[in-house]
Amino acid sequence: MPRTLYEKLWDAHVVAEAGDKALLYIDRHLLHEVSTPQSFQALREDGLQVRRPDTQLAVADHSVPTHDRGGAIADPQAAAQIALLERNCAHFGIEYIALVGENQGIVHVIGPEQGFTLPGITLVCGDSHTSTHGAFGALAFGVGASECGTVMATQTLWQAKTRTLRVTFTGKLQPGVSAKDMALAFIGIVGASGATGYAVEYAGEAVEALSMEGRMTLCNMTIEAGARTGLVAPDGKTFAYLHGRSRAPQGLAWEQAVAAWRALPSDADAKFDREIVIDASEIAPQVTFGTSPDQVMPIGGSLPGGDKLAKAMRYMDVHAGDLIEGLGIDHAFIGSCTNGRIEDLRSAAAVIRGGHVAPGVRALVVPGSMRVKAQAEAEGLDTLFTQAGFEWREPGCSLCVAMNDDRLPPGARCASTSNRNFEGRQGVGARTHLMSPAMVAAAAIAGRIVDVREVLA
Amino acid sequence: MKAMSQVTGQAISLPDADIDTDIIYPARFLLITEKKGLGRYAFADRRDSPDFPIREDEDRPILVAGPNFGCGSSREQAPWAIGDLGIRVIIAESFGDIFANNCFRNGMLPIRLAPAEVEAVRASAENGATITVDLVSRTITGAGTAIPFTVPESQRETLLNGWNDTTRILALHAEDVTAFEAVQQCAAPWLWTTRK
Repeated sequence: MPRTLYEKLWDAHVVAEAGDKALLYIDRHLLHEVSTPQSFQALREDGLQVRRPDTQLAVADHSVPTHDRGGAIADPQAAAQIALLERNCAHFGIEYIALVGENQGIVHVIGPEQGFTLPGITLVCGDSHTSTHGAFGALAFGVGASECGTVMATQTLWQAKTRTLRVTFTGKLQPGVSAKDMALAFIGIVGASGATGYAVEYAGEAVEALSMEGRMTLCNMTIEAGARTGLVAPDGKTFAYLHGRSRAPQGLAWEQAVAAWRALPSDADAKFDREIVIDASEIAPQVTFGTSPDQVMPIGGSLPGGDKLAKAMRYMDVHAGDLIEGLGIDHAFIGSCTNGRIEDLRSAAAVIRGGHVAPGVRALVVPGSMRVKAQAEAEGLDTLFTQAGFEWREPGCSLCVAMNDDRLPPGARCASTSNRNFEGRQGVGARTHLMSPAMVAAAAIAGRIVDVREVLA
Repeated sequence: MKAMSQVTGQAISLPDADIDTDIIYPARFLLITEKKGLGRYAFADRRDSPDFPIREDEDRPILVAGPNFGCGSSREQAPWAIGDLGIRVIIAESFGDIFANNCFRNGMLPIRLAPAEVEAVRASAENGATITVDLVSRTITGAGTAIPFTVPESQRETLLNGWNDTTRILALHAEDVTAFEAVQQCAAPWLWTTRK
């Protein structure tokens, strides 16, 4: 029987079945400081060990400061949380990536860039944006802290098989439009809970044309439509990205692996439970206007109204009938597991063109990892950014989650490449407009939300 | 995990759609590395509003929420904090998937109902009626309503028995896991060589 990519990944990991669930083998587990203290505590309370420490990799990202790396961490709670992760990893034999090392970064950036993430595997992390890794054709999904503990102790999780949804992007993207716009457009169409209970597979010409960075952005945002898993079939680009990465297989093992990975894509006649087709050539740069990622519109549009949006629009201080274009901002953020990769920084830098961050705007560029930072610096992007008035920071989640000292004041309005425009996400009372890196850079320079296609024209 | 068979009490109505886990448990409190006593931080940025329905000294064990409750972040602090307020059952049209999983893992029951049924329970809640959620018979009763609900059988069994997933897998499936690993080592040997 023809099978989808999701079904192939599922079938290859079933350890046992019972009624409505299967016990799935988990090949890889990424850990960070926020979702694991209680997982380790549960292991201690139950007197358990980590079954396969070699399949686990830990790094601090959420609460780490993005300045003065290597110095003392000012916030005692953050310092204690990060130190606790390091201690827990030492105790249970798990590799911990040092905060000051060349490999540190956001968990969803470093997994792929080190070849820890591979096609055909199951991968979990106590973080909803674990869907990112599906860009490699891995069955990757976010779990809670309790489930992290179960994975560490048993290398398995009970899971219910989900339905499948294929999202086909036909045609080619316009210049100035990116994977982030595809993701936001999809979420706008399907809704914030529209894909709940589905595993999403992205397909079509525009998806095939995306770089691995773009595919990661697309899969990353899948959870914002409610689905825990987003997938792209592995292809030549996937293999080329991974080849030679430090943790990826080498030599004969590499050849064996690639041969197996070539069989992963959905069979031509595989049936999906639901299909959505989106014309990529029709997608304009997207901007969110509300407090849920599905409250999104194309840059040229005017703001909608209605009772259902009233509360969100009051919080955002935006009004029905107004244009989103031209709305003034006072903060800009480029970074996060959604858009903190080298291609994102390149696309933002390409918009600067000798311009300078507008007066009254504070703009942060936070690379997704030390390797991204080093690459950007080798290309001179840091100089471009700093000369244009952007702050060039150390890697971390930063203003995407506002757990470290990067927090916005009440009423601040931020153009942001992050993934959530929830109330208070970037600071109590702060207002977030999600958009692509190029759109954020353009907004930072203009001091207001603009159409990046006109800047680039 | 605390077992559950029946929960009786008054219900809180929180009808807003898309209450994400950042609203339930704001990120700045994620720096706390404990799981107990988090109720004081639940809905921290909404508590000050006079019309916000959840109190700090809450004694109502049922929450009737809006659609897509618990969407967003996977933080398990969201159910820990709600559970710490004494809430054990959440009724809504839909839930964030990870949040719903996390509830089950902590002896809490998320119940999905059709919109009209949610509104019927909400009406009872707003009238201050005493509501009973019975996991054995899978019915919600109170104030003249009797609404059947479904819940995945494996989750129901786990809740009724208060099972710990981790120790139960180790007790019942250790051989299955070992057998799976033996097969995978042959089929995908590249997953079994550690590289840095």
